[in-house]
Amino acid sequence: MTKLVTVEESIKERNNALAEANRRRFDESKTFVVNVMASPGAGKTTLILRTIEALKPYFRIAGIDGDLATSLDADRMAATGIPAVQVNTGGTCHLDAVMVQSALEHLDLEATDLLIIENVGNLVCPASFPLGAHINFLIASVPEGDDKPYKYPKMYRGVQAIALNKIDLLPYFDFDMDYFRQGVEVLNPGLAFFPLSAKTGEGLVEFHYWLREQVRTFLEG
Amino acid sequence: MHELPYAQTILRVALEHAERAGATRIVALEIVVGELSTVVDDTIQYYWDIISEGTIAEGAELRFRRIPALLRCWDCGTQFRLDGEHLACPNCGSRKVAIIQGEEFNLESIEVE
Repeated sequence: MTKLVTVEESIKERNNALAEANRRRFDESKTFVVNVMASPGAGKTTLILRTIEALKPYFRIAGIDGDLATSLDADRMAATGIPAVQVNTGGTCHLDAVMVQSALEHLDLEATDLLIIENVGNLVCPASFPLGAHINFLIASVPEGDDKPYKYPKMYRGVQAIALNKIDLLPYFDFDMDYFRQGVEVLNPGLAFFPLSAKTGEGLVEFHYWLREQVRTFLEG
Repeated sequence: MHELPYAQTILRVALEHAERAGATRIVALEIVVGELSTVVDDTIQYYWDIISEGTIAEGAELRFRRIPALLRCWDCGTQFRLDGEHLACPNCGSRKVAIIQGEEFNLESIEVE
């Protein structure tokens, strides 16, 4: 004799509860957290390093870097003089809330105003695993092509801001900016959008000013 | 890609509810999967067979119920089903649309002994 037990629970929300616990911790310690996502080679590390340099005079910054292997990126962050923790995910293609929780043991959140989390380079899985960040930030780049919003809708829907990196390469690629923008707008209307080049520095001022204001508003709030 | 952690969560939630109901065996699970949830049934099943081994859920049947994506136009209020990659409102052509159904991934119920 079997009986039916009603459960009605969201499996994703169970996972999300762990991210919410992280968020509470960040709010308590007054740490503004940015989860940086992008495909491999979009220029995450370069843009992050330039952002650390630009915002270091204003905030106490720390970094967490997620990669399948090596501590190359955390070392690069640490070279700017900030505390940085490397998370090696082994084979896992994304950071999750528990990995971030473990990394936090190595950081002093009370002494951190801005925590930058560099996720594993991947446009699929990180979109499904919230970390508890205040801003989910996507770095797209010109060489990836203008059709990426259409191909990775979940990623483009789940972020609060997007940078389009490597705009210095626009003359060399068939990148239709209107088509790209339209794809973003359909999925995520009114999204903050920053065309820039981490290499030449074009557009960085606008992005850094925006991020600085986000952090400042959070810290004052 | 992330079906293993999802399968693990399904098992954990199912075992919690079975224990609360005083069950000795889980026979079946009903799982609702929205069209946009990016969850692959077969892969969940594959991991499920491995991780449920040795638990009271071993051998339980996973019943997946697919539900379609439903969108609503912000401008004229029309509700419509997702038609391929075409996201614009079929009534007024607006591209400002909200997803109101289709991202679900829920454990609805379990059948226990």
